[in-house]
Amino acid sequence: MQPLLKVEGLKKSFGGVAALRDGRFELEAGSVHALCGGNGAGKSTFLSILMGIHKRDGGTILHHGKPVEFSSPAEALHSGIAIIEQELSTVPHMSVAENIYLGREPSTRFGGIDFKTMNRNAQALLDRLGFDISATQYMMNLSVAQMQLVEIAKALSHEADVIFMDEPTSAIGEKEAQHLFAAIERLKAEGKGIVYVSHRLSEIFQIADSYTVFRDGAFVGDGKLADIDRPGLIRMIVGRELGEEYIKTNTPTEIPGLEVQSLSASGKIEDISFTAHKGEIFGIYGLMGSGRTEIFDCLFGLDRPSAGKIHLEGQPVSIRKPADAMAEGIAFVTEDRKLTGLNLTDSVRNNICLASLPEMSPAFVMQRKSEQAASADMMARFGIKAARDKMPVSGLSGGNQQKVVLGKWFLREPRVLLLDEPTRGVDVGAKREIYRIICDFAAAGGTVVMISSEIDEILGMSDRILVMRQGRSAGIYDRQETDAQSLVHLST
Amino acid sequence: MSSVENKTSNTWLNSDRRRLIVQEYGIFFAFLLLVGILAVSNEFFLTPGNISNVLLQTSINGILAIGMTFVILTRGIDLSVGSVVALAGIVSASFVTSSATAGVFGAPYPMALALVIGILVGVGCGALVGLIVARFSVPAFVATLGMLSAARGATLIYGGGRPVPGLTPEFRWIGTGNILGVPMPVILLALVFLVSWWVLARTRFGRYIYAVGGNPRAAKTSGLNVSRIRFLVYVISGALSGLAGMILSARTGSALPQAGIAYELDAIAAVVIGGTSLSGGVGRVTGTLIGALIIGVMNNGLDLMGIQSYYQQVLKGALIVGAVMLDQKRNQGD
Repeated sequence: MQPLLKVEGLKKSFGGVAALRDGRFELEAGSVHALCGGNGAGKSTFLSILMGIHKRDGGTILHHGKPVEFSSPAEALHSGIAIIEQELSTVPHMSVAENIYLGREPSTRFGGIDFKTMNRNAQALLDRLGFDISATQYMMNLSVAQMQLVEIAKALSHEADVIFMDEPTSAIGEKEAQHLFAAIERLKAEGKGIVYVSHRLSEIFQIADSYTVFRDGAFVGDGKLADIDRPGLIRMIVGRELGEEYIKTNTPTEIPGLEVQSLSASGKIEDISFTAHKGEIFGIYGLMGSGRTEIFDCLFGLDRPSAGKIHLEGQPVSIRKPADAMAEGIAFVTEDRKLTGLNLTDSVRNNICLASLPEMSPAFVMQRKSEQAASADMMARFGIKAARDKMPVSGLSGGNQQKVVLGKWFLREPRVLLLDEPTRGVDVGAKREIYRIICDFAAAGGTVVMISSEIDEILGMSDRILVMRQGRSAGIYDRQETDAQSLVHLST
Repeated sequence: MSSVENKTSNTWLNSDRRRLIVQEYGIFFAFLLLVGILAVSNEFFLTPGNISNVLLQTSINGILAIGMTFVILTRGIDLSVGSVVALAGIVSASFVTSSATAGVFGAPYPMALALVIGILVGVGCGALVGLIVARFSVPAFVATLGMLSAARGATLIYGGGRPVPGLTPEFRWIGTGNILGVPMPVILLALVFLVSWWVLARTRFGRYIYAVGGNPRAAKTSGLNVSRIRFLVYVISGALSGLAGMILSARTGSALPQAGIAYELDAIAAVVIGGTSLSGGVGRVTGTLIGALIIGVMNNGLDLMGIQSYYQQVLKGALIVGAVMLDQKRNQGD
């Protein structure tokens, strides 16, 4: 049978640097195909060429056996290739139906918009796909997961038969991800081809039929997922043997590091108590909106708790603003590095120094030498790959950006490390390095509290796990006495 | 593309550095080019008298634009500077006037008192705006638009709609005097520039400003007191507006209630031409100074060529938009 989409020898350079040297890809109708590769492997370039955002330097793209060339995403969509991007581009103040039919609204006899027909068509489409969304709702009232479903519906309203999904689960919870997978299954049954791009290998093994791996801008291999195991796939992505994915080197002590007693913030979290010991990696697992991040916000002074006590190494502390928490030796690596972690317009060096400015300017004037030394130190310690430390941090890969955030906080030599999704959007290789950094910190006597929605990560890294459900604790479990099924069960 | 282009961009470190050079000095080359053209086309342009004249005409806008740079770096805007110029000018003038009717009781006072009062009026207006922006989260555009109107009204109330004439020679010195032949306003501009450059490039507070403008949420999670920094930039802009207002009234010899109308536009123009991003976090006070000089040189050059001032406004408009278009293209080019 003729493949739905066939790409051969795709090439693209930016300013003399080859981003893609040999992109090859074959998508069958009625299948889910995982596109794998580390950061910088060329996946994004590949996608942007297929969507008509960038022009290719060479190679062919065959859609239904016919060569195609797009000069804009609109053209790609028109011919049946759609993308659900990582950062969704929806119009928040318009209804679901208006978003779906944006730019091609059915018109009435007098040239106005025929809202009745539009809403009816949109609702019919959503119902057919089994999405529990009302077409007349405002977009801004939907969850991220629901917005993704609307984007899928929009793609299908364009009669798209090839749908790219770029890290679709990076901003949604486990339960919503399962809904999304169900939707993908339905699309598959309708004979569509889905290209699934994700760093999360467990998802790939759950949802995809076949895989293609890119590394350093070139095709490495493809095949059926049934014929490969997880270590095998990792080896292909990274290009070398990596050994165990999670290596724990820390041993928890009996000394309490961070004690939280009946912490509450009205409407967000209620009665949360736990004690993370020195040397321990304490995991927090829960769905988006279960109150995970809100615990950290209260601990770090970004939000005011309505009740509760916090003790650090046995001493009661009062935290009213981030500066208080920092003075006590707490560091907070936030969930979204672009939104709350980094100043993207500034340099690597200034970002590393951002949380230590008063310490580096005892007499108000910045001490250049100590800034330089600090950033050189952190870049060496965490292996941050940047040409110069004065280059903008926006030019780094996701993994290196995350290490800059870690560097910013390690510079303060914290006692307690709060990590919110520390490896989101980070490739397999960089993930390992971040795990090593976390373990080393705990092994040296630090206290780590880590939020993650990746089950493998939380089970692989934590000594004990607190499960959050609807703003409350659903219990604390030892890593030995729990598994993926029970975590998902407890959290929903 | 030329072969040179390809050679340098082979390693992206080079292209990075090249981009940096263009970004840092592009505006300076444009300024030199403008000066070069004018120097060739008009023999009078490069005479000491004319250079001094250009600098003098640039000084007030330069000082306002430097204050505006602090504000715009934090993603804000200050539309009130022109009105604060008038208010600070008239209030301080009322302390140093020898007119029997326009002054406050006991005037004229020594210049130093008037200077302090003028700066304080600016600081007060800036603090009020800063409080409204930082504490009550009113958009800077709206808060300063309000102050634009309110400070103008206050100026008219204070002076009863009349000018304050007859300022003491001692006070007039800050606008008309000179040290070693350099006009006082130019010296004040140079001082303001040097201190601002030092604060932004070398001090903790400068880093705070860039961090708040670049990403306020990241700044907050890094322990910075974001609202205090936002508050302070309006205080700085207000204080510099106060200074500019006094220079203006000292130069003209009397404080006019309609002084400084539309000055905010020239100040914003200088900042924008100087390459500071209106979305915050990126920009330099050196660029702003050159931006102000470009506006001053252009006005002067067109005057020398005998071109009507109406045309100057059209050209200035084109210059502002053109500078930003170039900036956009440069940023996309990578």
